[in-house]
Amino acid sequence: MTANGKEAAALALHRFGFGPTGDSIAALASDPRGALLAELDRPAAGYLPAANLPSSAAASRAVFDFRAEQQAQKKLALRAQKVADGMAPTGSDASSAASSIVVPPPQKPLPNQPPPLPQQLIQDEAKARFDAALGCEIGFVERLVWFWSNHFCISADKDVAMAGPYEREAIRPHVIGRFGAMLQAVESHPAMLFYLDNVESMGADSIAGINRDKGLNENLARETLELHTLGVRSGYSQADVTSFANVLTGWTWVRPEDPEHGCEFVFIRRLHQPGDQVVLGKRYPDTGVDQGRAVLADLARHPATAQHIAQKLARHFVADEPPPALVAKLAKAFKDTDGDLKQVAKALVVAEESWTPQRGKLKPPSAWMVAMMRLTGVRPDNAIGRILGAQASLGEALWRPPAPNGYADSEAAWIDGVPHRLDIANEFANRVGANLDPLALLDSGLGPLASADTRATVTRAETRAQALALLVMSPEFLRS
Amino acid sequence: MKYLHAATRRELLLASGTLFAWAYLPKFARAEGRDPRFLTIVLRGALDGLATVAPVGDPNWVALRGDNALTLDGKTPALKLDDFFALNPAMPNLHHMFMAHEAIVVHACATPYRERSHFDGQDLLESGLAKPGISDSGWLNRALAGLAPGGRVDPKGSKVFAVGPVTPLVVRGAAPVLSWSPQHGLPASADTAQRLLDLYRHADPKLANVLDDNAKLAAIENAGKMDQKPGGPGPAQVRAYFAEVAGTAAKFLAQPDGPRVGALALDGWDTHVSEGIANGHLSQLLGALDAALAAIETNMGPAWRDTVVALVTEFGRTAKINGTEGTDHGTATVALLAGGALKGGRVIADWPGLKSADLYENRDLKPTTDLRAVLKGVLKDHLRADDRVLAQNVFPGSDGVKPMVGLVG
Repeated sequence: MTANGKEAAALALHRFGFGPTGDSIAALASDPRGALLAELDRPAAGYLPAANLPSSAAASRAVFDFRAEQQAQKKLALRAQKVADGMAPTGSDASSAASSIVVPPPQKPLPNQPPPLPQQLIQDEAKARFDAALGCEIGFVERLVWFWSNHFCISADKDVAMAGPYEREAIRPHVIGRFGAMLQAVESHPAMLFYLDNVESMGADSIAGINRDKGLNENLARETLELHTLGVRSGYSQADVTSFANVLTGWTWVRPEDPEHGCEFVFIRRLHQPGDQVVLGKRYPDTGVDQGRAVLADLARHPATAQHIAQKLARHFVADEPPPALVAKLAKAFKDTDGDLKQVAKALVVAEESWTPQRGKLKPPSAWMVAMMRLTGVRPDNAIGRILGAQASLGEALWRPPAPNGYADSEAAWIDGVPHRLDIANEFANRVGANLDPLALLDSGLGPLASADTRATVTRAETRAQALALLVMSPEFLRS
Repeated sequence: MKYLHAATRRELLLASGTLFAWAYLPKFARAEGRDPRFLTIVLRGALDGLATVAPVGDPNWVALRGDNALTLDGKTPALKLDDFFALNPAMPNLHHMFMAHEAIVVHACATPYRERSHFDGQDLLESGLAKPGISDSGWLNRALAGLAPGGRVDPKGSKVFAVGPVTPLVVRGAAPVLSWSPQHGLPASADTAQRLLDLYRHADPKLANVLDDNAKLAAIENAGKMDQKPGGPGPAQVRAYFAEVAGTAAKFLAQPDGPRVGALALDGWDTHVSEGIANGHLSQLLGALDAALAAIETNMGPAWRDTVVALVTEFGRTAKINGTEGTDHGTATVALLAGGALKGGRVIADWPGLKSADLYENRDLKPTTDLRAVLKGVLKDHLRADDRVLAQNVFPGSDGVKPMVGLVG
């Protein structure tokens, strides 16, 4: 293997993956591009191995039941308090009911008690996601999952139960499949329909709309055009947004209290705006749910979508201001293959522009933390809550972006958090660094990418822990 | 290895409760009348022995260090130990112990390590091996495991006590470890931030600006606060941390049925720049260390009279001051012993001299006492460790290094 091979391998791991582990730089040095392409061709690539996580609908129903029970408990406690205060109604029914119920005294949570159900669900999902990122050889496919999940983001702040399942159900099956299929899965997923308020939207002339004097919510339609497909200022009009919103009326979920199908996707004709709609100059006859499917299929094939996705992918992996030639190559691959995302990913790997030695991208906090754990071989085990806390404190709370455009993908967004990363790195290094050989980690983590300055800084550190903190905070490790 | 898992105070106290329940030491084990405690404090980063205990009686001393030489009649006079040596004025508690015959200074002392890498030097200091290399156990753990049953400390049922989220190598090994961590560690030190800033200034100006701005903001935010320095924990924070970890270790060791040996590590001694020997960085660190010793004495209570604390570091620093008012990695340094069990009040040194020709490789204080002799002497006389076990298991290959006699009273 050549020094160049190792350098390309290290670049591949940092730029397209989650960073090196053990001897992965050496292992990839003979053919870094081939290794990236091979990851795309693995069977079941993109899927999580852990299959025992609940579906989004099942998780949502469980949380609905959990909250209902909590509410009932609170109410009982309140009643019991009123009885104790002598304020209870004197009717025999009420008093006998109250006295027959034993309300357990409020308890402090024990140290090792599992968190409440909603937190438990999201921690299980997060752990499965982290384990996938930590366990893979390079992590190109997982990086794609994270990219698409952020592109089509929802927020756990609005619905805690569905955040993890949504990614598994709507994103993962399609990251190396068709963009069109992902788009259909995303826009019809209850998590997205709820996040962008489509569950409440109804046609003004639909049966329900007439009966309830309610109408359209155009949030989902607008964001689908602006963020998910065509991109902002790409030529669509307010009339297109309104028409598309009409098309999407009736796309909703089964009410959560339904014990069997609550929170599953359902198309309800009663909510759907009747009649043809014209979107981007094309007339779509009212075929019910298929009217929306047809618009989405056309949006997926629109040249503006190809351009938008190509721009975002190149920006995510290569540079905040990606070379136009690279964007053009990706857009062409997208158009030529009808949005085959595996082919687009391959075009990204093959393009010469993707391998520029300039490393201007600043890894977002989450990817940097994963790289740190991969480098040291440390696994989250039972500490997933603390990892999530650290990630949130760095401004990138998992599945909780502040707005539907997701977390920003630029140096400017993350650079101010670098001093705080030092505290995280310091704490991490103090916990794990004393047992590790920092010079070996320098070679396995950066290899030929390490500058002489970085090498000297790590070598001269006062302790192993300090050396590790400085290593993971070096420009070469922070950037990709 | 668990990530980000530190046993909380509560968990550890629970753990220690269990320990006390079963690690009961039979009374006959203390038939000799002494129930010894031994705490090792590893000073990581290489302590400047000459700045800690100054050879004020050496005719070449002042010429060697110039303005940075501690003297008995300087602006901040050093604390006289004997006719030749004086203690850094930041350490009045240690001085008091010395005067009460409860402290010993061993000078011109070093491990067998003769290179200048912190990592290898720390490994060797803690592993007890003669050469750098991978070791999964430390000399203190092996010393406990190798004690004869029924002696002053019964190895059966005893644990080694460790402070910190990561167990220091010196206490790792076959004997079980009981560990405790303070709930809040120190934030990244100003030293770490400064090293990173130096790197960024060379390599990445954008990152440098952000880190620099952050330090300036912190300076404004903390203006007027005595306990906070921009970009890292302030002296008061360090002092509180040292005292907390050392004082807590003493509380555990003082328990009637608690652990008898333990170790903790204190970082920050790598004083390359603006060392501040009499007034400044090192002075503050030594002051914090001194307060930690006082906390140990207080928390040991009556057990202080059965206590030996050993303060050791991986190597010393250059004899001369470097170009940035600091010192670089060197060789010989001091080992400090404190505790009521000592026959103290002495500086033990086969003084090598400070003339250029006397220095090791013309730059460092020359080592004349093997640190292993000191530690073997304490382990032998204090814990009743066996000579052969010390030479073969605890410090393998140290047959030629005889245990120093008469350290413990």
